[in-house]
Amino acid sequence: MAAWLERNVPKLVLAPSFVAVLVFVYGFIAWTAWVSMTRSRLLPKYEIEGFIQYDRLFAAPRWDTAINNLFVFGALFIAVSMLLGLLLAILLDQKIRAEGALRTIYLYPMALSMIVTGTAWKWIMNPGLGIEATVRGWGFEGFSFDWVIDPDMAIYAIVIAGVWQASGFVMALFLAGLRSVDEEIVKAARVDGIPTWRIYSAIIIPSMMPIFLSAFIVLAHLAIKSFDLVIALTGGGPGYATDLPATYMYAMAFSRGDLGQAASSAMVMMAVVFAIVVPYLYSELRAKRD
Amino acid sequence: MNKPAFAAVVAAAFVSASSAFAEPQAEVLHWWTSGGEAKSVAVLQQEFAANGGTWTDMPVAGGGGDAAMTALRARVLSGNAPTAVQLKGPAIQEWYEEGALADISAVAEAEGWANVLPASIAGHMQCEGAWCAAPVNVHRVDWIWANADILTANGIAMPGTWDEFNAAAEKLQAAGIVPLAHGGQAWQDATVFEAVALGILGADGFRKAFVELDENALTSDAMVAVFDQMRTMRGYVDRNFSGRDWNLATAMVMNGEAAFQIMGDWAKGEFLAAGKAPGVDFLCASTPGDGFLYNVDSFAMFNVDGEDKRAGQALLAKLIVGKNFQKVFNLNKGSIPARTDVALDEFDSCAHLSARDMAASSESGSLLPSYAHGMALRGAQSGAITDVVTAHFNSDMSSADAVKMLAEAIANSM
Repeated sequence: MAAWLERNVPKLVLAPSFVAVLVFVYGFIAWTAWVSMTRSRLLPKYEIEGFIQYDRLFAAPRWDTAINNLFVFGALFIAVSMLLGLLLAILLDQKIRAEGALRTIYLYPMALSMIVTGTAWKWIMNPGLGIEATVRGWGFEGFSFDWVIDPDMAIYAIVIAGVWQASGFVMALFLAGLRSVDEEIVKAARVDGIPTWRIYSAIIIPSMMPIFLSAFIVLAHLAIKSFDLVIALTGGGPGYATDLPATYMYAMAFSRGDLGQAASSAMVMMAVVFAIVVPYLYSELRAKRD
Repeated sequence: MNKPAFAAVVAAAFVSASSAFAEPQAEVLHWWTSGGEAKSVAVLQQEFAANGGTWTDMPVAGGGGDAAMTALRARVLSGNAPTAVQLKGPAIQEWYEEGALADISAVAEAEGWANVLPASIAGHMQCEGAWCAAPVNVHRVDWIWANADILTANGIAMPGTWDEFNAAAEKLQAAGIVPLAHGGQAWQDATVFEAVALGILGADGFRKAFVELDENALTSDAMVAVFDQMRTMRGYVDRNFSGRDWNLATAMVMNGEAAFQIMGDWAKGEFLAAGKAPGVDFLCASTPGDGFLYNVDSFAMFNVDGEDKRAGQALLAKLIVGKNFQKVFNLNKGSIPARTDVALDEFDSCAHLSARDMAASSESGSLLPSYAHGMALRGAQSGAITDVVTAHFNSDMSSADAVKMLAEAIANSM
């Protein structure tokens, strides 16, 4: 009995969560895939009609905007957050005074919800209330910063708010990475008279590659899931210029009673996530096997 | 007592309890949770209780009813629909097609609804000839509100045509006043758009385009003119309009920062709440053009089991269309009663104008459902139109392109 328990308790303990994941994650993915093949409107219907919803999706200009925005926002958000995070981490790594306090200050934005970030930046970037009005008030009448109300620039305004929120967190990740680099190697390099920037670019940063990958994965899924930031900052506007796939999906499912359309957009979003996560999983698994 | 006899007595007691003393029960799903609206619902609640009913309130706030609709979907799918639900326009028909609505024709006929409701509004309340919903109010959408002092100071009268409106706007702009207070949210863009469309297309053109979705009407030259007027009006709003809430735009008119606002009569509630008097501090008029765009709130009755709940539906339906509730509720909410035989003595001059125009337009066949507020079309189609309207208004798209996009968007939404 004891031997049987020893063998089976881990399985028994894992079984409920395994079943829950099977049903509530993979089960509902399958359900969404099914609904995306139907003509469901207000309530789900189950007669398969083929790829009609995907045809509608790819014919919709609003979806084009949403997907383009996802790539613009995703690429800039990830790249700028990583660069800024790395820069902040390196600066903090210079054995400066009050590092703990500074670290906390930079990390704090992550403790705010995206709704708060979005609302605060909506006011900061509003031309009549925020930066533009302030600078004009100082006497620089020609100053203009109206990205939130410009349909071509509004998505970059969202990037600013997103970067502000996430770069402190990336900094903390990189700082931990910097600290995990073997001190002895760095000291040896210093003894050899190698300049600091060379130490970073040739020794420390290359040895932090796994941290870059983790930061990338965390930021990528934040970018794809982004919903509340857009809702709070621009509400998808001006027009639908800052729509993202998640806000498109929400509008179709909950405002317009067009479940089939919402399901097909959700499936495309999932495909985008897979395109990023699968190569990562593949490289992880292969690394273990080697 | 032996067992079968006991069972029979208990069963008999149950039967008599549920038939003879069927106390009206109603679980009511609505999203009237803000100040004036919550007060208005409380009136109905009290009347319901005074008539011996038990009211179970189920308010779901958020998203202009989106959250409530999501809750409703979950309830219906799980086979446990609420007794009555705040629903409006084509959504009533959509739920009817899902087989979820109950027939309340008995009450409607006993109360003679057909004689007191305007025909086109009554049409929304009927599902294939049977009554399935009860109307609460009539909001007019095609209003233009103005700051009286600004108009007097600049020698401007309320515009009777869109050209007059444009001329007035140019004059105001020259005087350094924002001509049009507007909030750049998709539904507000759509509200202005439909007011312009009604003025330029006329009642028949509006019906063809936004009720029947006639392709010729949607791609007509008149429709190009509608988008041209929208482009012109884009020049009359201030720079910070993006994302502004409608009540902040109303406040701009109140404070004299802007001259006009095009918005439904819920804006009147803002003026009145700020202590402004209609005709003195602010002016109300229908937007240029003939016709009346209505936004009617209503309660649809869902299929429920149990005599007590059905009694609750009947009582609720009777009270909602009853004269007293129609008067008290609409005084609170700023709209006008849906039934035409309610005395309007306590209502203000804007409401009188609204009621007069509703009667006249009902006669002439220009009493039309608002597309922007979900009365004319189903969600997918009205959403497709709004996407085009807001994309055009917030970019430099040409009117011809917008019309082309409109036709494609409608075809793609089917």
